[in-house]
Amino acid sequence: MTDRSVSIAQADLASGDRVPRLQLRNICKSFGGVRALKNVDFEVYGGEVVGLVGDNGAGKSTLIKTMSGAYVPDEGEVLVDGDPVTISSPQDSTRLGIETVYQDLALCDNLDVVANLWLGREAHRVLIPGVLRVLDETEMERQTIEVLKTLDVKIPSVRSPVASLSGGQRQCIAVAKTILRQPKVVLLDEPTAALGVAQTHQVLNLIRRLRERGLAVVVISHNLHDVFEVTDRIIVMRLGQRIASFETRKTSSEQVVAAITGATVKVNEDV
Amino acid sequence: MKSLDNDAHPSSEEQAIAPQLGAEGSPSQAPTTVRFNLRSFMRGDLGFIPVILTLALITIYFQVTTSGVFLQARNLSNLTQQIVVISILSVAAVLVLLLGEIDLSLAAVAQACAAIMAVVSVYQNWNPWLAILLGLVAGAVIGLINGFFVAVLRVPSFIVTLAGSIGYAGFLLLVMGRQTTLIVRDDTIRSLAPTFLAPWLGWVIPFLLVGLYGLGVWYERKRRSQAGLPLRSSLQTAIQLGCVLAITVIVVYLFQSYQGVPQAVLISLGLVVIFWLLLRKTTFGRHLYAVGGNAEAARRAGINVVGMKLTVFVMASTLAALAGIMLTSRSTAVATQVSSTLLLNAIAAAVIGGVSLFGGRGSVWAVVLGALVIGSLDNGLDLLNQDQSIKSMVQGGVLLLAVTADALVRRSGLRTGR
Ligand SMILES: Nc1ncnc2c1ncn2[C@@H]1O[C@H](COP(=O)(O)OP(=O)(O)OP(=O)(O)O)[C@@H](O)[C@H]1O
Ligand SMILES: [Mg+2]
Repeated sequence: MTDRSVSIAQADLASGDRVPRLQLRNICKSFGGVRALKNVDFEVYGGEVVGLVGDNGAGKSTLIKTMSGAYVPDEGEVLVDGDPVTISSPQDSTRLGIETVYQDLALCDNLDVVANLWLGREAHRVLIPGVLRVLDETEMERQTIEVLKTLDVKIPSVRSPVASLSGGQRQCIAVAKTILRQPKVVLLDEPTAALGVAQTHQVLNLIRRLRERGLAVVVISHNLHDVFEVTDRIIVMRLGQRIASFETRKTSSEQVVAAITGATVKVNEDV
Repeated sequence: MKSLDNDAHPSSEEQAIAPQLGAEGSPSQAPTTVRFNLRSFMRGDLGFIPVILTLALITIYFQVTTSGVFLQARNLSNLTQQIVVISILSVAAVLVLLLGEIDLSLAAVAQACAAIMAVVSVYQNWNPWLAILLGLVAGAVIGLINGFFVAVLRVPSFIVTLAGSIGYAGFLLLVMGRQTTLIVRDDTIRSLAPTFLAPWLGWVIPFLLVGLYGLGVWYERKRRSQAGLPLRSSLQTAIQLGCVLAITVIVVYLFQSYQGVPQAVLISLGLVVIFWLLLRKTTFGRHLYAVGGNAEAARRAGINVVGMKLTVFVMASTLAALAGIMLTSRSTAVATQVSSTLLLNAIAAAVIGGVSLFGGRGSVWAVVLGALVIGSLDNGLDLLNQDQSIKSMVQGGVLLLAVTADALVRRSGLRTGR
């Protein structure tokens, strides 16, 4: 079943012999007795937005976490631009140009917006070459304001601690954080879950902008409306398996819902 | 000196930046902005106000009841020298607390490392600097052991360091052999703490530091204005620098009018300044706060959390060793008995100064305020010839108040956050 869905995808989108920006093959992951992922294949191309959908506990977050290095898969292989790689830590995935916005936002409440945006890759100013470097707060603050302005994110101050921001504002900071790193692949786990209409619109626009830049984008969402608005391809997971793959343009939401719930999948998939 | 702290940062810039970012925003957003500013102002600039008020109350009370003895230059010189050991130990406690961990072995480590130094100095006739170095290295090794269990094996630091405090106290007995006190005769070691700086040096060093600080503030301002970032008003900056200068002049003048600036006080204040810069201006410090705030987020951001914890525990134990060495220098001897109040006072000083027990919140300047509160109580009650029973009860009460305040702030933070 999985094999077929992969071939559909490639026939549809891979004009000629395009290599996926990021590809996973035959991934398995168990937590004790729970088999969260069972032989899952996955691929996303540059300049493409893939929607990853499925019911609660289907394994979407787990799959994304194996791509971002938060989990190490028990089995399977990962390829970036066709080359086999091992992602055993978040640093590995960052090095490979994969950035993630997690479902449980990975922000430090006690730090301000600037510090959170630049965490782990701070800008420096050299005081004594080779010996002493200090944080370049001015540069970080300037670029933060710039990025937030281009994303049209409104917050009281870039120096306010993240703890004092609203859920939507925090989500925007989390997305902005990845963009600052100029990645090749961006993984978003429910980026619009807690957002109001206007801010959802912002994030979706943001995703389109990432695609225009030629990035590969993976979006997990329970909101099919959002998924249809922004994705090129939809991959459906159920009970730890990838069970279907659709091209968004040629698909109705009924078909996707049917695949998610497991009703008459076969029929829909073969359409 | 308290006004040096960088926590003052956020609040003042908010008013300036809010209009700029919110310029295209809907008018309905304006009220949230104002309310937010006020709240964060309470957390930032005014965070130290309760402690400073407490300190002022204590000072006034003792000044009145001791009929003016308390604020005499002689007494203040004594008081600040009495709190040197607590201050250094408290810097160590702050580092560990910021990480969201705790180190209960600091006092035992201090004494054990001091004993190592004393033994090689007295029995082996080691060069004093080598002996001191050995004491510090011993501290670093102990920190590595603590850190290994906490960071690598992920045993709760409370248990690791509690066990450590017992183990290192035993190690102290082992090092000391049959002696219960070992008197140090080496002049270099004995003169570390009780020395006073030459008058000119006592003026030059503090003013050099204040000058550097002023230069730093000015340069930062210039860069910000070049980058087109909002600036705090020049009046505010002037007041800030003025306060720092005024406090420095008063403190140095008081010291000079007695015996001069005590070297020990300079060392402990120097440590506070160094660690303040390390925490606020470097990647290391930024990552330390991040790990204390949300270790998982820090890990995902690519920060080596295990290495971070190891480093902090090594730093803390090395600082503890230094505190032990200063203690030995002051009392000219090492005892086999680990002081029962030293550890709690060090942690209390940090907490009284506003360092959170839950990690990620607080400034190393807390040490100065907290140690002053504890030292003032101790010193003032001594001047009044109060019994140890009263002293202990008062100190316990103050500590309880400080921890309660921390818990309340944290709860209100959770309510308002998100
Ligand atoms: N750290 C973990 N330890 C144990 N089990 C886990 C862990 N993470 C996920 N699981 C299990 O793996 C399965 C898949 O979980 P996952 O979080 O990937 O689901 P999801 O598709 O993201 O769901 P949701 O839509 O609710 O976010 C679930 O059964 C879950 O209980
Ligand atoms: Mg999930």
